[in-house]
Amino acid sequence: MSAGETDGGHAGREPGGHAGQESGGRLPVGVRFREYQARRGRGDGPPADEPGREFRSYYGRPILKAPVWKRDIPAYFFTGGLAAGSSMLAAGADLTGRPAMRRATRLASLAAMGASTYFLIHDLGRPNRFHHMLRIAKPTSPMSMGTWILALFGPASGIAAVAEVAPALPRRGVLGLARRALPVAGTTAGYLAAAVAPAVATYTAVLIADTAVPSWHEAYPQLPFVFAGSALASASGVALLAAPLAETGPASRLAVAGAAMELVASHRVENAMGIVSEPYRQGRAGRLLRAARGLTVAGAAGAVLGRRSRLVSALSGAALVAAAALTRFGVFEGGVASAKDPKYTVVPQRQRVEESTGAR
Amino acid sequence: MNRLYGPLDPAPDAGYQDPPARMGFFTDTSICIGCKACEVACKEWNGVPGHELTMLGMSFDNTGALTANSWRHVAFVEQPVPAGRQTPAFAGTPTGPTIAPAAAADAVTTTTDTGTEPGLDPGRHPDSAARMAAGPEFLGMPASELPGRQPGREERTDLRWLMMSDVCKHCTHAACLDVCPTGALFRTEFGTVVVQEDICNGCGYCIPACPYGVIDQRKTDGRAWKCTLCYDRIGDGMTPACAQACPTQSIQFGPLDELRERAARRVERLHAAGETTARLYGHDPEDGVGGDGAFFLLLDEPEVYGLPPDPVVTTRDLPDMWKRAGVAALAMAAAVAVAFLGRPA
Ligand code: SF4
Ligand code: SF4
Repeated sequence: MSAGETDGGHAGREPGGHAGQESGGRLPVGVRFREYQARRGRGDGPPADEPGREFRSYYGRPILKAPVWKRDIPAYFFTGGLAAGSSMLAAGADLTGRPAMRRATRLASLAAMGASTYFLIHDLGRPNRFHHMLRIAKPTSPMSMGTWILALFGPASGIAAVAEVAPALPRRGVLGLARRALPVAGTTAGYLAAAVAPAVATYTAVLIADTAVPSWHEAYPQLPFVFAGSALASASGVALLAAPLAETGPASRLAVAGAAMELVASHRVENAMGIVSEPYRQGRAGRLLRAARGLTVAGAAGAVLGRRSRLVSALSGAALVAAAALTRFGVFEGGVASAKDPKYTVVPQRQRVEESTGAR
Repeated sequence: MNRLYGPLDPAPDAGYQDPPARMGFFTDTSICIGCKACEVACKEWNGVPGHELTMLGMSFDNTGALTANSWRHVAFVEQPVPAGRQTPAFAGTPTGPTIAPAAAADAVTTTTDTGTEPGLDPGRHPDSAARMAAGPEFLGMPASELPGRQPGREERTDLRWLMMSDVCKHCTHAACLDVCPTGALFRTEFGTVVVQEDICNGCGYCIPACPYGVIDQRKTDGRAWKCTLCYDRIGDGMTPACAQACPTQSIQFGPLDELRERAARRVERLHAAGETTARLYGHDPEDGVGGDGAFFLLLDEPEVYGLPPDPVVTTRDLPDMWKRAGVAALAMAAAVAVAFLGRPA
């Protein structure tokens, strides 16, 4: 029976039996839904208006409220990931004696954190109340956890970047003391930032997955990998852009690793979730993600093949940075589109109900 | 940490010792007359701003959706189906099939400035709207002809109105509350979910988190607003304004246990009277949100009223989400370590 035909649907069903209970142990609904999708055949399935995708709604209107976040938020996902990845590269460069790469990535991390702070506060409905985020620490709120992760990461990444001014300071006097103390402080802070960085890069994926937005929530197993890979690729991009060829060996390797992680995970997001993958292939989200994919592939290839050319390396780096931004905007737009269309709320939930009432 | 899923009494779980009984709403849509007294009473009591007057073309629904500026919303659906066992009203008149599906399909793109974000998004699916207004009998795609001009009067049907006063569900497991980073949203001693307007900083996280699309942001002040289940009134032993104003007792307020019993009896009575489409929605503590504090008796599928058919609180999967993020974070660290240390520089 299609979701659109409801006569007879009432007859055999217990009143109010919408909840899809199962006796005994309950599998998470996401798992059940994915299994169901797998049984129906992976991939695209029939387009929306073919039989089987017919659904009812209240005047075709969305059930969910779409996110009210402005462009600040996908922009922050990009800058936050860039800051995190850059801190990790900076620590690696510091450890393995690559001063130019360390300087570039530390400064990139600070700049990206500065931009992130602006985006995050600017997006609030009440920006002057941003400090209300610090009233509590709440494990069930990824945004609250993220606030505290950033509270650790931001200052650490900042100190590491400030330490880069040490060589410019005079050798004598108070500033001379600072000149000697700063590198140690910078290294310590840099390692701390690098230790927190993976959390900075991935919590944002949890943040958007932890919503009712169908195409975000269903993607929760993959999104952290999309964001982590994209963060690494973009930070490697910065290193390729700004550091001399002699130092960028690890960056070009990381560019490939990050790009691979991102491409594999986003391929699954875009294809393996049945109907809720659709919004990632259509409209603006689809265009953004296709462009991101092209740039990621080109950037990663250029990073390896062009590793002896300063120009090709720099171009590859720029491509990777741009790709990371496009990825975040694409994922963001895909989710918003899925929230605005009742199809992505009703059809999967209806399938779940039919499945569990049919299984009785 | 509070429990994230399953049946639960929310107030003790939130740390109240000896809280009063959990209070809620039972909204029986079978006796709603669509007068909107609830919408008005709520605005009056809670000082909720109005918005411009627009005809949305959605039957008699010109509110459109629950928003930050409408904490009760009366949905209207017109369907060509005899109501109960009454005599066909149009017997012998040359009316033909109702125009309800065509009208619904037309209404899809209308919208109005609710003064809120995202407010009332236009619809995307005329065909889906037509199906809602086609009733249990699927009548095919809507026609653009006036009813009387169409042939086939032997097929004509009566019209029924589905009217439903929607409201925040005050979920047992409320995603809005779970994700709020400031603590502005909190659980009251009555088990309800309320926003503290002096704390909310308009981060907007609650808005896409709600599986029912209830909470919304007011443009004028940037904060999130929704039904408080009249926290001020019930604290003084009074009835919430909407339930007080409802002339048919379609909105019933009381201890949730009692309401659930009463609702079960009501469904039995309706079934006995031949109204077999009656079903409860949100009453079941075993459902995806642990049961709603405000639940409903419906006469059609939930999605016809704009309700999700099987909502699940998103935070149920949060532990899994953090696990996946942890694995991704480790993969990141490993990739960096290998890139720098794996091969000689
Ligand atoms: S999640 Fe939505 S329906 Fe549930 S209490 Fe929050 S706003 Fe109300
Ligand atoms: S908008 Fe206000 S109520 Fe909603 S999650 Fe943010 S701080 Fe909490």
